[in-house]
Amino acid sequence: MNTQAPVHQGRLKSPFYSRIEPLDFLNEWHEWKGYSSADSLYCADLEYFAIRNATAVFDLTPMTKYRISGPDALDYLNRLVTRDMAKVKPGRVAYAVWCDDQGQVIDDGTIFHLREGEYRLCSQERHFAWLQASALGFDVSITHETEDVAALAVQGPTSFSTLSNMGLEGLGELKPFGLTHFDFQGTELMVSRTGFTGDLGYELWIDPDKAEALWDALFAAGELYGIRAIGTHALELSRIEAGFLAAYMEFLPADETVRTGRSRSPLELGLNWLVDFKKPNFNGRRALAEERRNGSAWQLVKLDIEGNKPAHNSYIFAKEKGNKSEIGFVTSAAWSPICKQNVALGTVRAPHGKPGDTVWVEIYYQREMHWNRQMAKASVVDKPFWFPPRRGATPPGPY
Amino acid sequence: MDNKFDAIVVGAGHNGLVCAALLAKADKRVLVLEANDQVGGAAITREFAEGYSVSACAHLLYQLQPEVRKDLKISTRLASEDMTTIALADDGNHLRLTTDSVSGVSDEDAEQYRRFRKRMTRFSDLLRKYLNKPPPRLGTKDFKDLVTLGQLGLDLRMLGKEEMQEFLRLIGMNIHDEVTERFESSLLKGAISLDAVLGTHLGPRSPNTIMTYLYRLAGDHGRSGVPAGGMGSVSNELAAAARGAGVTIRTAMPVKRIVIENGRATGVETESGERFESFTVVSNADPKRTVMELVGAQHVETGFTRRIHHLRAKGNAAKLHLALDGLPTIAGLSKKDYAERIVIAPDEHYVERAFNPAKYGESSPDPVIEMTFPSFRDETLAPTGKHVMSAVVQYAPYSLKGGWSATAKAEFEAAVVRTIERYAPDIAERITASELLTPADIEREFHITGGHWHHAELTLDQFLFVRPVSSAAQYSMPVDGLFLCGAGTHPGGGVSGAAGRNAARTILNGEKAA
Repeated sequence: MNTQAPVHQGRLKSPFYSRIEPLDFLNEWHEWKGYSSADSLYCADLEYFAIRNATAVFDLTPMTKYRISGPDALDYLNRLVTRDMAKVKPGRVAYAVWCDDQGQVIDDGTIFHLREGEYRLCSQERHFAWLQASALGFDVSITHETEDVAALAVQGPTSFSTLSNMGLEGLGELKPFGLTHFDFQGTELMVSRTGFTGDLGYELWIDPDKAEALWDALFAAGELYGIRAIGTHALELSRIEAGFLAAYMEFLPADETVRTGRSRSPLELGLNWLVDFKKPNFNGRRALAEERRNGSAWQLVKLDIEGNKPAHNSYIFAKEKGNKSEIGFVTSAAWSPICKQNVALGTVRAPHGKPGDTVWVEIYYQREMHWNRQMAKASVVDKPFWFPPRRGATPPGPY
Repeated sequence: MDNKFDAIVVGAGHNGLVCAALLAKADKRVLVLEANDQVGGAAITREFAEGYSVSACAHLLYQLQPEVRKDLKISTRLASEDMTTIALADDGNHLRLTTDSVSGVSDEDAEQYRRFRKRMTRFSDLLRKYLNKPPPRLGTKDFKDLVTLGQLGLDLRMLGKEEMQEFLRLIGMNIHDEVTERFESSLLKGAISLDAVLGTHLGPRSPNTIMTYLYRLAGDHGRSGVPAGGMGSVSNELAAAARGAGVTIRTAMPVKRIVIENGRATGVETESGERFESFTVVSNADPKRTVMELVGAQHVETGFTRRIHHLRAKGNAAKLHLALDGLPTIAGLSKKDYAERIVIAPDEHYVERAFNPAKYGESSPDPVIEMTFPSFRDETLAPTGKHVMSAVVQYAPYSLKGGWSATAKAEFEAAVVRTIERYAPDIAERITASELLTPADIEREFHITGGHWHHAELTLDQFLFVRPVSSAAQYSMPVDGLFLCGAGTHPGGGVSGAAGRNAARTILNGEKAA
C-alpha cells in the first residue's frame, strides 16, 4: 500500500477545468505558472469579439495571489509599491507597480483592499521571496493563496447585464476599481470592477469548491447576453488595445534581467502617475528621484501605425531612411479589429517618443514564402487605443 | 538646554569618540549619546571582582592608527609593548614569536618564519594604506573613487608580477594550507593559525583566513601592547580629546531610535523620551542594530534591508577574566614572561578541532586561548601581590544550542580552566573570582548584535567595497544625513579608530562638496 502523499506532477488544472474542457474544440493550451491555460477554445477572433460585443469569461485562477495582512500591512505596502496606498480605502482596488532598490520594475499588478488592513496582491509572476524579504522589520503576514481562490474575468458590454441577471443586486453602484461582496449559495463571492481588457468588466473571486457552481450560474445567466468562454489569445489582443503592460513583453521583471539596461523603471514605462514622490520612502525612490532629475533612458510608446500589417518585433526608427537612426523596438503589436487601427506598444530611447512624434516602424511580412519590408509611418499617441465610455460609466448601461 | 546639534553620534565606542572629536575639531557642535555608564563601548576597563579590574572586551592594543593618534594628539602610555607571543608547549619548550623571528623551532622553520613574515608584512602594508581611507565605490564615475581604485590597482601591480600573483592567490586562501606548506613545527603552525582566526567565526581551514591574518598585521605589523590602566585608558583619552574639542558626551543615555523624517535623519530619541535634533546622525552601533532597530526597515529599501539582514555577525570569541591570588606557575616561563602574550594552540589541527563544535552550535571542549596577565606590569588592576588574567577564548558560538544558560557558561569556563591547567597546574586553586563574557553577554552588555568584535564577520564578501554591505560601504547610509562609523564599516574591528576617522572625513568632505 502506498502510504506516501502523492506529489503532484505535471500541470495543475484550474477548478473550472471541468467546465472549460467541454467548450474546448482546439485543444491548444499553454502553461501559466503551473496551470494549464487555454490559448483559445474555438476561434480566437470570435472569442475576441465576445469581449468587445458581448460577455467573455476568462479563467483567471492561475493569476498569482498573495494575502497581506497584519498591523503593518499598510506601511508594508507603502514601502513596497510606488503609489500611495493610504489613499486606497477598503473596498477599492489599486493598480500598482513595485521596484527594486535601483528603481527598476519587478512587476505590476493589482492590490485589493479587501477589508480594513487586509489586502490581496495579484500579479502575473510569483514574488514570494521578494515579498518576504520586504517583510523584514514589519509586522505582516504574507500568504500565497493562488490555489485557494478561484477567479474569473467577466468582461464585455453585456457583463453587467449577465451578472445582474445572475442575481447580484446592487452591482450597478460598483465603480471602476471598486470591490464588493455577495452571497453566492452560502459562500462569499467577491466581485471587483477590474479587468485586463479595457472594457466594461468584472472579476469574480470565490472558494474553489464553489467554482463549478459559479460557472454554471454565470453561463445560465449570460445565455441571452452572448456569454462565451475565451482563451489568452483574445485577451492579449484586447490588452494591447487597452494599452496595458505585460511582464516579459513591455518589461522584464528586474530580478530576471542579467544585463544592465534591460530592465525598465516605472518612469520609462509611462507610469509616472503611479510614482508618488510625496511618500518619504519606497523601494526605488532614491533611484527614481535621481532618474527624474537626470532624465530616463527609455520611453514606452503607444503607436498608431499606417497600413494593416502588424508590426511584430519591429525596429523603430526616427527617420524613414538610413538605419542609423534606430531608436527602439516594438514590444507588442496587433491589428485592432475594433479600432480599425494598426496598433503597437514599444520602447524607444528618450527623448524620442513624445506624444505627437512621428516615428518609422520597419515591418517585415511574408507573402507566399517571400519576405517584404515596409517602412511604415507611425504616430505616438498618449491615450489608450480603446477606451469606451461604458468602461467608466456608473451604473453601466444595460446592453 | 539647547537640543540642536550639528552632529549626533550614537554610541561612545572608541570609533564614535574619534569621529565626534574630529567633527568637533572642524567646528561642529557634536553630541555623543552612550547607553552605558562609561564611555568606550567595548574598549573599557572595569572592575569584575572587588579590587580586580580588567579590559572588559578588547584587551590588546595592536592597531590604534598613528593618524588617529596624531589628529587627536593621543599618546597612550603602554604598560607592556611590542609583546612577544609565547606559544605554550606541553614539554615546556615554548615558542617565542616576534614580528620577524621565532625561537624554539628548527633553523629551517626559523628561516621560513622570517620569510613568511616578510612577505606577509609587505602585503599587510599594502592593506594598511587603505585602512585610513574610505573604500572607493565600484561602478562610479566619481573622480576620487576612480583615483583610489586606480591607486589600488597600481599598488597591487607595483608589488611586481610574481608578488602580485602571490597576493591574489593568498588573499582568499586559508591559513592552514599556507602554514602546513611552510612549517614543520606543529606548535608554530598552531600559533599562527590562532592569530588568523582570533575574534572571528572562522577556523584555520576556512577561506580567507590569510586575509584576517593580514588584517591583524596591517595595524602595526602585529605588534601588540597593553595600555596602562587597561583599554579604558585609551577611551578616556579619546573622550578627553573629544571634550577638549567641544564635544558634549552624555552617558547612560540609550538611544531608542534615530528619527527619520521625509527620508532624512533629523535627530534621535532616547529611551527616556528626550529628543535631540541634528541633520547629521552618526551611528557607532553595529549595522544590524542601526538599520533594524534604530532606523526601522520602513525607512530603507528591501534590497538593502535584505543585505543587512544577511550580514554574518555572530561572534564566537568569549572573554574570561580571572582574579588570582598569585601568578600561576607555568613550567618553562621566566618571571618577566608573564608580561607577554601567551597563547594555547598546540597545533594546527587543535585549532580547527576547537572550531568544529562551533559549526554545530556547541562550545569547544578544548578551547583556543590568548591570555595576558595585565596586572603583572600594572599594579592599578589588582591588589598588591594579586593578579588578573584576561583571556580571549574560542570557540563560544553566539547561537549556542540551548542558549548560554548558567550551566552552559560554567561548563565552558571549566573547559577553559582545564585547558590552562595543562600548562599551569595551579591555576584553579589560585582563582578567587571569575567572569566569563560569552558573545551573548557581549551583545547584552555592549549592545553589539551577535557579540562579534568586528560587528560583522571580517570576510572578503564583507570587506572593503562591500563592508558592511554595498550602498553603505562608504560610511553614508541610504538615508540622507545618516552615517555609520563603527567596526561594521571599513576597515573593521579592533581598537584602531580608523573607521571613526574615515567616517568623520567622509562627512566633512560631503559637506564641502554640497
